[in-house]
Amino acid sequence: MDWQSRIVTAIPTAMDTKPKLAVWKFASCDGCQLSLLDCEDELLAVAQQLDIAHFSEASSQVSEGPFDLSLVEGSVSTPDDLERIQKVRQQSRFLVSIGACASAGGIQALRNYADISDYISVVYASPSYISTLKTSTPISQHVKVDFELRGCPIDKHQLLHVIQTYLQGRRPQISSDSVCVDCKRNQIPCLMVSQQQACLGPITHAGCDALCPRFNRACFGCFGPKNNCNTRSLTAWLQSEQALSKPELTRLLHTFNSDSFVEPEYAEE
Amino acid sequence: MTECRKWNVEHLQTLLDVLNAQGYCIYGPQLRSDAVVYGEIDAIEQLPAGWHDQQSAGSYRMDSDGDPQLFGYALGPQSWRKYLQPPRERLWSAKTNTDTQAITVSESKPAGKKMAFLGIRACEVHAIDIQDDVFLNGTIQDNRYAARRENLFLVAVNCGHVVSTCFCTSMGEGPKVDAGFDLCLTEVYKNGEHFFAVAAASDCGRSVLQVCGSAKLSESDKRLVTKVERDARLAVEQNVQLNTEGIEQLFYNASDSEYWQELADRCLSCANCTMVCPSCFCSNTTDSGDVSGRKFERWQQWDSCFSADFSYLHGGSVRASTASRYRQWLSHKLASWQQQFGRSGCVGCGRCVSWCPVGIDLRAEVQALRLRSHNADD
Ligand code: SF4
Ligand code: SF4
Ligand code: SF4
Ligand code: SF4
Ligand code: SF4
Repeated sequence: MDWQSRIVTAIPTAMDTKPKLAVWKFASCDGCQLSLLDCEDELLAVAQQLDIAHFSEASSQVSEGPFDLSLVEGSVSTPDDLERIQKVRQQSRFLVSIGACASAGGIQALRNYADISDYISVVYASPSYISTLKTSTPISQHVKVDFELRGCPIDKHQLLHVIQTYLQGRRPQISSDSVCVDCKRNQIPCLMVSQQQACLGPITHAGCDALCPRFNRACFGCFGPKNNCNTRSLTAWLQSEQALSKPELTRLLHTFNSDSFVEPEYAEE
Repeated sequence: MTECRKWNVEHLQTLLDVLNAQGYCIYGPQLRSDAVVYGEIDAIEQLPAGWHDQQSAGSYRMDSDGDPQLFGYALGPQSWRKYLQPPRERLWSAKTNTDTQAITVSESKPAGKKMAFLGIRACEVHAIDIQDDVFLNGTIQDNRYAARRENLFLVAVNCGHVVSTCFCTSMGEGPKVDAGFDLCLTEVYKNGEHFFAVAAASDCGRSVLQVCGSAKLSESDKRLVTKVERDARLAVEQNVQLNTEGIEQLFYNASDSEYWQELADRCLSCANCTMVCPSCFCSNTTDSGDVSGRKFERWQQWDSCFSADFSYLHGGSVRASTASRYRQWLSHKLASWQQQFGRSGCVGCGRCVSWCPVGIDLRAEVQALRLRSHNADD
């Protein structure tokens, strides 16, 4: 069932049985789930419309599936995750992945560029207890995802919008613009152009309402690549006009969405 | 137009006081986070005295040399469009009554205050004239735009400082403001003397000028004024121009050119160029509501032909590639705009050049396209 056909089912059932909401955690920092708790003013309304059936961060009471709407935070990074995500999918009518970890692998996807056993031996006293995968991967690589919300963390207004449109059986209006579009709607003088800051806004998916530029900080891409992402052109400009070195470019691209901004071949220095 | 009169700096404060007393909300230039932006002003101390901009493709820098000139900059990133068609505005909201289930809809009306723009340049007056074609003079009128536009009082300023991205002379208006204003100033700062030449072009302008008072320009004053205006024109003419000869046909013939793909290798499809352009007019609407489903709002916001959603028809975007989006933007602005409105959509302000994060310059692109089609003809 897609978002549109939900129109038929959502409205009649909304009155008698409330749809069941579940929130799941995979490899993550909990920040995105907290965005839901952060909806202080709206949380009551959410609880009136949805039966919050599984949300360990908020309540230890969990009820059985199936669930109507599942919000999945975090990436798949252990053998256990591999099995668990399949179970979550089986129990969920709609599955929305929330945040950079769930939709792109997260900061922990830095491991995808290294040998995980090198890290384990440095970090843990008894490496033999650790059972982990070599890579950290997005939920969509393992199961069908009905909708993805980007950001590290997600934007709470976007989350509420998704919940609200779900309840009404209409498609979420989540823009696919660049961060620059919101930056300009906020009438901020571009930090790239006027201050030579290295900003990923032009290649980053909108959603945060240009949060960082509004505080005079260049975007570091936490919403991940936007549609038609031209990483090559932006990095070539940063190399030639702002004298960024190759390691600096790698660092810039690999902060929050390490596995989704694909590094181009940089020009020789 | 009446004869030019002379104002000193104090007269400018009088102007602000007079406009204020007549109920105008005055917007003017001021320095904020390393750029000249527009905001509400009521005192001349708020103006960016001594600040000058340097601009080139993808670059904007401000510096101050301590001179007292109040309008010694060319253009900042913002255009006046933000006041006539705000980047975001609520169109209406609706509420369902919990008991009766009745829905009440309330339209959000523009505030209805009279606005005055201080420091508007020739290219920007030209841009408002172009937007009037879109929002006022067509078969459908945009009431919100009309309400904001109605009592607009324009205090134009002839450019005395020109940057390398300016090419208004190619587009037929500027750098001197010829029409469309209420008052127009030329700022002169020479040999320690600082004054303005002021002209009025409307009844409103003439009456404000009368209330503010003025002096006569001496012959030597007039020579200084003429020099400022002439130097500005020469400076713009020395900049790279946009060759508009046969430009409509050039674009129509080039619709299949491989050139668009070469451009797309550089273009980020980020939409900055359209967002800073003073004549762009596209917007979209979004509906949002609260979780209870009882309150709804419809918002309108600036949109851009560089966005994927912009050309979304059922099932997908018609212009999926960056090449097709860039072609759309430039072809509309420079060519099909003429079919649609009988003139070009570009006023030569150069904002899209300076504020493109990777310095794409439409003047150079048009030239390259010409060369390409010329070679193809051979
Ligand atoms: S500051 Fe960054 S996000 Fe804003 S317009 Fe410039 S490049 Fe885009
Ligand atoms: S501006 Fe960039 S880094 Fe900052 S919150 Fe938005 S997407 Fe994330
Ligand atoms: S196309 Fe560029 S130069 Fe022309 S009016 Fe728009 S921003 Fe100014
Ligand atoms: S384009 Fe012309 S009118 Fe506009 S700021 Fe430059 S010189 Fe002035
Ligand atoms: S021309 Fe420049 S500003 Fe416009 S979309 Fe392309 S990269 Fe962005």
